[in-house]
Amino acid sequence: MKGWIALVAGLLFGLGLALSGMTSPDKVIGFLDVTGPWDPSLAFVMGGALLVAAPLYFYTSRRGEALCGDSLGAPPSQTIDGKLIGGAALFGLGWGLGGLCPGPALVDLLVRPLPVGVFLLAMIAGLLLSRRD
Amino acid sequence: MAFAPADMIQPLAGGALIGLSAGLLRLGTGQIAGISGIVRRAIRGPERGWQLAFLAGVLAAGAMAAWRSGEQLAVGLERASLPMLVAAGLLVGLGTGLGNGCTSGHGICGLARLSKRSLLAVPTFMAAAALMVFVRRWGGWL
Repeated sequence: MKGWIALVAGLLFGLGLALSGMTSPDKVIGFLDVTGPWDPSLAFVMGGALLVAAPLYFYTSRRGEALCGDSLGAPPSQTIDGKLIGGAALFGLGWGLGGLCPGPALVDLLVRPLPVGVFLLAMIAGLLLSRRD
Repeated sequence: MAFAPADMIQPLAGGALIGLSAGLLRLGTGQIAGISGIVRRAIRGPERGWQLAFLAGVLAAGAMAAWRSGEQLAVGLERASLPMLVAAGLLVGLGTGLGNGCTSGHGICGLARLSKRSLLAVPTFMAAAALMVFVRRWGGWL
């Protein structure tokens, strides 16, 4: 059951990314290029996602457990530290350099296997080097 | 500014699908749809099952999108150099590992549940990304 829900969620996630424009580095750079010919359209991706996700998250919290009976896990950590800020800053620099973040890279893999494969291998290396768990 | 109101329809619809996915995963299984964390767990475990199923779904969606739109899907990638992609990938991997989340985990799931960490992480990575693009524009390398 859990696997099937995750498969459908992954499918929706990938289709949403493909439709949204986030899979094109040029589009992403255009969105980040606030002092150039700024293209704000990708702001609507986060807006649209939050409009749908926030009520579902709220309802799930009120419900207290997932439909499959699993717990919702620990409440989000509140720790603000250098790792959080430094990590977010490094991630942003990489996103602005390549125009790719993790989800869109996975969607693009079959269109351009070589460059995206190189990006993903480097990303996985960084991910595994950055922490033990 | 390069923008017409009709340009917001696809981003909004795509975003709504992404939000539906994140909400479905949360409501159905209690899990968070953060891609960097899902990739890390799928590789390192200890629990891998649903993560691999989710990633299979994303890749299947990528195959459909590639079949429908081809190279239009990834405009800009044709000019990317391999050393630049290695550097970008390393930064993205290190940063999302240390900061515990990326555009999806902090930007959508974290904000959807008003996590204080995500409220800080999102403007931080947005600002750093815009700064990188500004430096690239200034350096004539965009």
